[in-house]
Parts: sequence; structure tokens; C-alpha cells
Amino acid sequence: MELARKWVQALWFFLANGFWGFPLTGNIYQGPLKIICSPGLNCYSCPAATSYCPIGSLQQLLLGVRFALQSGQFYIGTFVVGSMGMLGAVFGRFICGWACPFGFIQELLHKIPSPKYSIPVPLNWLKYLFLAFFVIILPLVLVDDFGMGKPWFCKYVCPAGTLEAGIPMLILMPDLRSTVGWLYFNKIVILIGFITWSILSSRPFCRTTCPLGAFYALFSRYQLIKLKLNEDNCTKCGACHTVCPVEIKFNETPDSCECVNCMRCMTEACHFGAISVEVAGYPMFGENLNQRKKPAHS
Amino acid sequence: MKKKKFKMRRAPFFLLGFFLILWVIGISLNEPTRVLEQAKSICLECIGIG
Repeated sequence: MELARKWVQALWFFLANGFWGFPLTGNIYQGPLKIICSPGLNCYSCPAATSYCPIGSLQQLLLGVRFALQSGQFYIGTFVVGSMGMLGAVFGRFICGWACPFGFIQELLHKIPSPKYSIPVPLNWLKYLFLAFFVIILPLVLVDDFGMGKPWFCKYVCPAGTLEAGIPMLILMPDLRSTVGWLYFNKIVILIGFITWSILSSRPFCRTTCPLGAFYALFSRYQLIKLKLNEDNCTKCGACHTVCPVEIKFNETPDSCECVNCMRCMTEACHFGAISVEVAGYPMFGENLNQRKKPAHS
Repeated sequence: MKKKKFKMRRAPFFLLGFFLILWVIGISLNEPTRVLEQAKSICLECIGIG
């Protein structure tokens, strides 16, 4: 199953970045597919990107909301939030575990042999602050003389944008190199920091910083497709704790907002049919309904 | 052997309906055109250049 997930992640990586004609055009993809919302975090200024990044688009709409309203255009982000919300209501953080290009990159980096460290739990709350302040409040509230805000998360934080768009665009468009300043180097430092952290810890960006992951996490309890704990079958052996890439104890917190639904606990750890995938309350697979609870190992 | 009973969760459908309405409102306000315009252009500020 883990191998299948890797293939699905790779497939989504190439679907989200499927325009390989950019060396010939010398520009980013500008076709009609860019009206489609990328499920995972994937910068739309990446030369190969085929869809729009919901976090980038939402900031762009919010930072110009005053200007738009004054012009009689009600661009307040309903289309983008609606797209994100529908994805979240159906899949929740399955997207993080299966379809996010930047999550995939972090997982590959974590395979590099090195000492591995856990991430302190309080840091998990930071991503909600990034969503609230850097994506919504600051672009909306802090405006210049013309009433325009800034895309705070993209501009000052997003390492995915630096990796997928900042570096490739400088290679693709040499003229841009003269405009590089402290902001670019600041973002390069953030990117290097997250690359290093990803080698040492599992998915640090997803767990501490990603505003899209924070948004999808809000659906953890209510998403249509979700992992379910079948308490009758659980022996509380703790096997699910050992394989979890985001260090949650599934049998204690089955609706955890941190769970990226990678399903490793179900397919690699639990031998008692205690974890299953359910759709709107109905078990789909993973649950052995005939299986009896077995005693914990002594 | 007892047969398990399953209870349908309705919350996902309410959420899906709510966000579908938001999405349709966005389309009726012509927001996709603006999103497409943005996505077609390189946001230099967003990627740390300029």
C-alpha cells in the first residue's frame, strides 16, 4: 500500500506540474486548465504548474478586495474557498498524504539517512496562525496607499513557491536575476531550513506551517472519506503509534487534525482489523467484520 | 454472530452543500475569470523576486 501511495503521490506531482513545454515557450503555462484548483500546495508561478494554488489565489483576491469592491466586482474569494471546501469536505487531509507535491518532496527528503527527531506538539498549532494571519488577516488589513495588501504567506514564507517557482524562474528568465534582493535570499534561507528539517523530521512544513493543511485539518472529524477506529477490534497494542509519520496515537485520537491519512497504521501496523476506511459512516475496506478482538500481547 | 449496524454521517453532505453554494456564488460573480487571470501571470512578489 505504501508503494501504491508513493506512485499516487508521484502521479499527482506530475499532474499538478505537467507542462513540460516551458523551456520552449520561456514562460509559465497559461492554458485553461489553470481554472482548476490544485488539491495540494503547488505554486501556480511554477513554469510547469497546470492548476492554481488555492492559498496563492485566495491571498491575491483578499489583498485586492477593496479595489475590486470599489470597481463593482465582488471578488471576495467565494470561488476559491468553495473549491477548497469541497475538496476538504470529501477528502480532508487525505490530500496531504496522497496528492500534495510539497508533501511528497518532504517525504522523499526524509528518506535520506540521518538522525531523526520528533516535532514538539505545540508547534503544530503554528499552521493555524499562518492560515489566519498570513493568508487572511494581513493581506486583508495591512494595505498601502492604493488600498492594496500583500500576499504575506507567499511573499515572506512559502518554501514551495521558492523551490517550484522562484529558483526555476530565475533559471528560465535571466533578466530577472538583476531584481533579486534580500527578500529572495530570505526565502532561500527558509527553503534550506525546511529542506534540512525535512531530512531530520517527518513532514515539518505540513505539520507546523502549511495553511492549506490547516484548512483541511478543520474537516478531520467531518470529512466524507475518513479512517475509522473500530474499538471492538482494538487491542491497544500501540502498533499504530510506531508507524505514524506525524506521530499521532491513532487508537487514542482517531479524529486527530494532524493525521494525513496515509493509512500506514491500517495497512502496515494493525493486524486486528481495528482501522478501516469509511465513507459517510459506511466501512469500505480495511475492516474485517468477522474478526474478534484478540488479547494484547503479554 | 451479530450484524453490525452503521449510522450514516450527514455532516459531510451539509459541508459539501455549503461549499458548493459558495463555489456557485463565486462563479455567478465571475470570480473564475479573475482567478484565471492571476494564475496565468507570474507573481514575482509571491516568489520572492522584485
